[in-house]
Amino acid sequence: MREFLLLCVIVVAGTGGELFVTRAMKQIGEVTDFRPAALLRFILKALTVPWMWIGIGMMTIAFFALLTALSFENVSFVVPVTALSYAAGAVGAVLFLRERISAQRWIGVFIVCVGVTMVLLSKH
Amino acid sequence: MTDSPGLHFKTFLLILMIVVFAPLGNVLLGKGMKTVGPATHWTVGDLWSVFVRISSSGYIWLGVASLLTFFVAYMLVLTWADYSYVQPASSFSYAMVALLGYLLLGEVITPLRWLGIATICLGVLIVGHTPPRTTSVKV
Repeated sequence: MREFLLLCVIVVAGTGGELFVTRAMKQIGEVTDFRPAALLRFILKALTVPWMWIGIGMMTIAFFALLTALSFENVSFVVPVTALSYAAGAVGAVLFLRERISAQRWIGVFIVCVGVTMVLLSKH
Repeated sequence: MTDSPGLHFKTFLLILMIVVFAPLGNVLLGKGMKTVGPATHWTVGDLWSVFVRISSSGYIWLGVASLLTFFVAYMLVLTWADYSYVQPASSFSYAMVALLGYLLLGEVITPLRWLGIATICLGVLIVGHTPPRTTSVKV
C-alpha cells in the first residue's frame, strides 16, 4: 500500500510539475542565444514566472517520494513504473497545454502503458 | 521557428543529454538510498535522521548534479518542442536506467521485466516518430 501510494505521488506530482514548468517555459519563449550570460538571464527570468515555482514545488515532492521508494525498491523497478507518467502527461498536455495529440502518439502511449503493466507484474 | 534541420539537430543533442544524465542520476540516487536505508518508524526524529543521512551522501549529491544537468537540458528543449513530444522521447531513459541498474548495481531483472522495458521502448519509438511541434502551426 505504501509502495502504491509512493508510486502514485511520483507519477502525479512529477507529471503535474513538468506540465507547470512547460507552461512557464512556453510563456517565456524559445531560447535562441546559448551564451552563458544570456542563459543566466533566461534562468532568472524563468524564476519570475509563478507557474515555474508551482512546478518546482510539485517536482520536489515527487523527488522525495522517489528517494523514499528507492530506499527499499530496485531502481530497475521504480523508474520504469514511473513511465506511467506518459499517460498522465498526454492527458495533461491536452487539457492543460492545449496540445494536439495524434492517434500515433496515443498508440505509443498505450504500448508504454502495456510495458509498465508487465514491469508491475514482474514483481509477483 | 520553422521546422528546420537545425531545429531537429538541436532537439536531438539536448534529448541525448537528457537520455544520458537522467538514468545516471537515478542510478546514483538508487545507490545512495540503499546506503542510507529506509525510514523505519516514520516519526519526525526518524525522518530527520534519514534526511541528514541523505544530505551527507556523496552518491545522492552526484545523482542530484546529474539530474540538474538533465533538468536544464529538458527546460531548454521545452522552449521550442511540445511537452507531449519531449516527454516520451526523453523517457527512453526510463528503460536505460534498468540497464544501468543491472550493470552498475547488480540488480536482478526477470525476463518479464526486460520484456516490459522493451515494450516501453517500442512505445517510445512510435511516439518519437511524430513531429516535434503541434501548437504553432497557426498562421
